[in-house]
Amino acid sequence: MAETTLAHPKAPPGTIAGWRGIAADWASDQRAFKNVSWGKAMMWIFLLSDTFIFSCFLLSYMTARMSTTVPWPNPSEVFALNIGGKHIPLILIAIMTFILISSSGTMAMAVNFGYRRDRAKTAALMLATAAFGATFVGMQAFEWTKLIMEGVRPWGNPWGAAQFGSCFFMITGFHGTHVTIGVIFLAAIARKVWRGDFDVERRGFFTSRRGYYEIVEITGLYWHFVDLVWVFIFAFFYLW
Amino acid sequence: MTNAAVNVEGQATQHALHAYVHDAVASAATHTKGQQHPIKLYLVVWGWLFVLSTCSYLVDFFGIHGHLRWSLILLFMVLKAGLIVAVFMHMAWERLALAYAILVPPVLVLVFVGIMVFESDYTHLLRVIFFAPTA
Repeated sequence: MAETTLAHPKAPPGTIAGWRGIAADWASDQRAFKNVSWGKAMMWIFLLSDTFIFSCFLLSYMTARMSTTVPWPNPSEVFALNIGGKHIPLILIAIMTFILISSSGTMAMAVNFGYRRDRAKTAALMLATAAFGATFVGMQAFEWTKLIMEGVRPWGNPWGAAQFGSCFFMITGFHGTHVTIGVIFLAAIARKVWRGDFDVERRGFFTSRRGYYEIVEITGLYWHFVDLVWVFIFAFFYLW
Repeated sequence: MTNAAVNVEGQATQHALHAYVHDAVASAATHTKGQQHPIKLYLVVWGWLFVLSTCSYLVDFFGIHGHLRWSLILLFMVLKAGLIVAVFMHMAWERLALAYAILVPPVLVLVFVGIMVFESDYTHLLRVIFFAPTA
């Protein structure tokens, strides 16, 4: 008799909303993430771990800046540029921010056209995103060169607290690496989209698995995350 | 009695099986359909991100200082991050089981922030007391 009460038919998993839905999804058999493929779930979990890495960098920067008795260099002045005889504070960083936001916009639209199976537009938008990303990395290289020429080193700088250089190179360097990897990732997927791999569900060279247009959204998740990290770096490192 | 129980159990198994088949079909459908939202939504969010970035840049440009500066920077930062995660990364349309699994752990980093604030205040105090420049 107990079995009959246990085997009472209930709502299928993945249909309940709200808090009860969280409990039902997590307590259900086999899969906690009901309408998300393993690829997307794994990208999210990777991004969560990456969040902790960048959190640790920003936290160590906060600790260094709060505990030093030497004044911190003023980022508004350090990152100022002279354009057309005018001294504009932080202008390079502002332009880099707008470029990265624009790349996120083109990426979001690429995902949309991918699901509509519009090969040409998806590939073109992904390549535009990659081009914005490459521009960003180029500007970062310019910024690094400028600061190194002015005498910023991981162990010291002409303007104040010695930890400024190590924090700057560590945080922006790691972010720049992420952008560079993203550009490569975007170019690789854009090539597959252009070739029509996801229309014929061609098997991958390395994984031998069928590809779907969903990979465009997964690539997009990574790219938006890179933009997201920049939002925090912009606020905490450049504006604070 | 036993017969009835078996019958009910059989029905339930069939029901569960049906649910899984349905689940599999739905997951195949997500591959082809996925997250589809009007392009206009992305353009609007893009525009807002530009406005918010300009605002946070202007905070520096006009040299606003003190608590107002920090609260404005944090406000614009949180709004931008929220827009990117909710719309561009589609978290607003995901099931809560995923959203909470991904969004709650980073919030706990705030505890770490608290710990390090105490730690660096203490280090700063020691430096002021024992390593003050004697001139």
